[in-house]
Parts: sequence; structure tokens; C-alpha cells
Amino acid sequence: MEPHYALFYVFHFYLFGVIALASAIAFVTRKSPVAAALWLVNTMFSLAALYVMLDAQFIGVMQVLVYAGAIMVVFLFVVMLLNLGDPSELADARGKGWKFAAGLVGLGLLSEIMVILRTRLPQQLIVPRDFNEQQLQKLNAVGTIAAPLFKDYLLAFELTSVLLLVAIAGAVVLARGRPEDAR
Amino acid sequence: MSHTCLALLQAADPNLPPVSGMAFYLFTILKMIVIFTIYMVGIAMLTLAERKISAWIQDRHGPNRVGKGWLQPAADGLKNFMKEETMPGGVNKPLFVLAPILSFIPALTAWCVIPFGAPIPTRWGRIDLVVADLPVGFLFILALTSLGVYGIVLAGWSSNNKYALLGGLRSSAQMISYEISMGMSTIPVLLLAGNVSLNTIINQQVWGGWNVINLTVAFFIFMVAAFAETNRLPFDLPEAESELIAGYHTEYSAMKFSLFFIAEYGGMVTASALMATLFFGGWDVPFTARDNIGPYSGWLSLLSIGIMLAKMLFFIFLFMWVRWTLPRFRYDQLMSLGWKFMLPLVLVYIVLIAAVMLGLSAAGKRPGLMYASILGSINIALVIILFVIFDRGRLISPAYGRMDQREIDRLRRIDRRRILAAEAGR
Repeated sequence: MEPHYALFYVFHFYLFGVIALASAIAFVTRKSPVAAALWLVNTMFSLAALYVMLDAQFIGVMQVLVYAGAIMVVFLFVVMLLNLGDPSELADARGKGWKFAAGLVGLGLLSEIMVILRTRLPQQLIVPRDFNEQQLQKLNAVGTIAAPLFKDYLLAFELTSVLLLVAIAGAVVLARGRPEDAR
Repeated sequence: MSHTCLALLQAADPNLPPVSGMAFYLFTILKMIVIFTIYMVGIAMLTLAERKISAWIQDRHGPNRVGKGWLQPAADGLKNFMKEETMPGGVNKPLFVLAPILSFIPALTAWCVIPFGAPIPTRWGRIDLVVADLPVGFLFILALTSLGVYGIVLAGWSSNNKYALLGGLRSSAQMISYEISMGMSTIPVLLLAGNVSLNTIINQQVWGGWNVINLTVAFFIFMVAAFAETNRLPFDLPEAESELIAGYHTEYSAMKFSLFFIAEYGGMVTASALMATLFFGGWDVPFTARDNIGPYSGWLSLLSIGIMLAKMLFFIFLFMWVRWTLPRFRYDQLMSLGWKFMLPLVLVYIVLIAAVMLGLSAAGKRPGLMYASILGSINIALVIILFVIFDRGRLISPAYGRMDQREIDRLRRIDRRRILAAEAGR
């Protein structure tokens, strides 16, 4: 790999990584729900940029199209319609004990990542360096994802869609309320 | 200089490799600058075209003072730069400033993946007339257009104005609803092309015929959704001036307002380019394959750019024409058209087209004249069924009110009686 290409790559990796982390921190610390939602959108953009740098253009575009373009818009829509009241009452972790527990969980996850970083990757996960480019040539951007999804992992894919359907049905049932309330 | 120009315009080797290295970066920057300039000047001229065409349709003169009307866009631009930037009380300042920028950028950025001409041969290699030929080309545009709604929603929310908020909420609901139909309506196009890169879609249309013939119903759905996505009449509910003053941009003035305006026109230009590319063959010069496989030449590239421009101008004219032809939808009509009619229709259509393609490939038909004529005749049949049988008195007619023959006869009788009464009174 030529040195100037590597520098270009590394620079953008850290650029988008820092933006993603900073936006994520801003997302959890902002009091206003609208501002928090926008910082989350920013995080998703940076993640999309990182996916594109990994030659996963399709996943990058889907990240923007589905998360930033659809889900977060609906989220904003709901936030604007509901009058959410004082932010301090909305917080999930209210007492000191909860905050301490959350910090512990965070530390646990961090140490887990540290351990994983030091282990060797299993041989099946390592692909040749130009694997992505070969796949793009052979199957184009969508086929690279679609072929394994609909051939190798079809059962898992269909089960996931059933799971989503259950979630939708559950949301509809919850939104309609109990029959006693209606009477 | 003239030598270089001549060399640029001469026919070149079809196997010319694309430009690489430093020349690639230079030409990409050059393409970006040229596109940005033409885009901004073009949008300025479109505001004039909009007013001139409106005037022509309404039988009046339109702008005719500043330089006989031709300098009106420049005067408007200058006015917008000189005007006071108002900041109403109680606005959320950062978001209020961010909103126009957020609505402007996606409209502009979408242009970097739209191919607008045949490749130009140069001594440094082949220059493809597209800023970035992404492998996910079309999906990139869909992703960006789905972001345009942020600017409008945030403008409505941060303005601290109930009309602006209503406009923003309407727009987010409308754009989400029609985005689905818009994305779905292009799936048959992508199925035919077998790829999502826009150049592949154009190439497929060179050999397989324009998609407007192959996939007429998809084109109609895409066109309606494009009108809704760009907030143009008959779907301009986010800024319906008779109900919401000016909707989401009520509180904006000067250049911030102007950015919303530019974004709307930019969306229109992008939608026109997409309709031309996805359904009308894009920049391809009809009846010749030289622009697709070479040898390329500068003249041919110019001709292909002209063809692309002509197709886009036609659709832009269509946008302006429809504005003065159809009245605005009511909000419930808008929602029922999007969810109850267009979405089921496009889902059925995808299944149907996929089945037909499967059947044709099982019968051993290759893309070509026969393939296109089978698809085309199926589509003509569908269009006739849709627009003549299903639609009568249900969807288009609420725009003027449902009337059957008996009703019309009754009204005529009332009229006749009135005339008789008037005559008897005299």
C-alpha cells in the first residue's frame, strides 16, 4: 500500500471516529430531546462514512437511508408532537446508585473490548486484502449483501422479519389500550 | 490552446483508460466547480422561468422591467443579500440557522452521482461525466433526498410559530409517506438493470428500450411521488399559503429564506434529472451506440449533455405546468393516495414485473425488441385498467367533485327552469 494512501485512510478513520464519539457523548448529555436526536443523526452519519471506508457502500447508504432518513425523522416527529415536560423527570438513571451502576456496566464493556482487541481473530473471519473489491466486481454493491442474506442465512433473515412483525403487532396492541379503559 | 481544444474534440480510442492519479483529483474538482456554477445559475434562471411560465399560462406578461425581465433573478438575488436577517423572539437559534443549510445541502449533493453526458476523451485518459461514480449510485440519491426533510422539520420546530410547526409536521408525514412509494417504484427499474449504479441503468435502456415504455406504471408512481417529495403543487401542503401563511418558512427572511427557495428548485432539478435518467434513457444519444461504446469524441459528449438538458427542461416545465393546472390536495386525500392507493399498487406491480421477468427468462427471451414489446404491452394494458376502470370517480375526480350523469342532468334541468322562470318574469 502506498504511504500517502494509508495516511489519507488513517486521517479519515480518526476524523470520522472522533466525530462519531463526540456526537454520541453529546447525544447522551443533551437535555433537549430534539438536540439529542440530531446528535444521534450525526453519529449515524459518521458511522456511515466509516462503513464506506470499509468498502461496505451498501451498508453505509442503508445506514443513512433507514436510520437517519426514516427512523430518526419519525422520532423527531413524535418528539415535536409530544410535550415531554421537564427533562430531569425523563431521565432513566435518576438516583446516584443508578448512575454508579451505569458507570460500572460501561467499564465492563470497555474492558471486554480491550480483551477482544488483544486476542487473535479466528481464521474463518480473515479474508484476503482485495476480497471486497473482488466481491464488488463479481456481484455489485447490492449483490454482495443480498446473495449471502437470501441464500446462506435465509432462515435467520426470515425469523428476524417475524420478530419485527411481532414487535409491530405488540406496538399496535399497546397503543389501542386495554378494553377496560375503553369502557 | 486551440490545439488542445481540437485534440479534446477529436474521436479517441474506445479502450481509453479513465484518468488517474493527480489528473483525477484535478478533473473531479473541476467537475464540481462547473456543476455547482451551472446549478446555481440554472436555479436562478428557473425562478425567472417559473414566473414567465406562470404568466404565460395565466395570460399576463410576468416580470418585464429589470433588463426586460432577464435580469430579474440577479435583482432578486441582490435584494435577498441586502435584506435584514430577522431573528424572531423565542426561536431556537442554532437550529433556526442550521435548518436552511440542512435543506440546501442534500439537494445539491445528490448531483454528484447523476451522470450527465458521454465520456470525454483527453490525452490524460477518459473523463466520465459524473462527479463520483459510486457503486451504490441510485441508493445514495434516495438516502440524500430522505434527509431533505430535516431542514423543513427543524425550520418548523425552531421558529416558535404554530403555522411553521404545522407546516413542518405536515411535511415530515408527507415525505415519509411518499418516500416509500418513490423507492418502491424504482425497484422494477433496478430489477431490469440488475444494478443500482445509474450508468448501468442508462446502458440497460440503450439496449432494452426506455423504461417509460417497459415500466410505464412505475414511471407514473415515481412522478407523483417526486411531486410530493419536492413539495410542489398539488402536494405543497407544508407551505399551503391559504392555510399556513407560508408554512415552515414563515419566520425566515433574506438569504435564509432564499436557501429554502433554492433547495426547492434544486429538488425539482434533481427529480427531473432522475426521471430523465431512470425512465427516459438519460444522456444517451438515441439511435446510435457510439456514445456508449466509443470511439468517444468531444462533440458527441456535448450532444449527449444537450440531450440530458433537454429532457430535464421538459420535466421542469412539467412541474411548472402542473402547478397551474391542478389544485392542492386536502390532507386526508394526500394520505389516502399515498398509503391506500400508491403503496399497494406499487407492491403488486413489483411482484407482477418480477414474475413477468422470471417467465421471460424461463422462456429464453433475451433483453431486446421482443422483451421490451412484451413488457410494454403488459404496461399499456395495466395503464388502461388503472386509469380507465379503477380510477373512474374515485381518485382523480374528487379534485372536481364526483358527478354521475343523472346529477348532471338534474343540474341542467334546474338551469333550464331558471331560464324559463327568468323569461316568464320578464
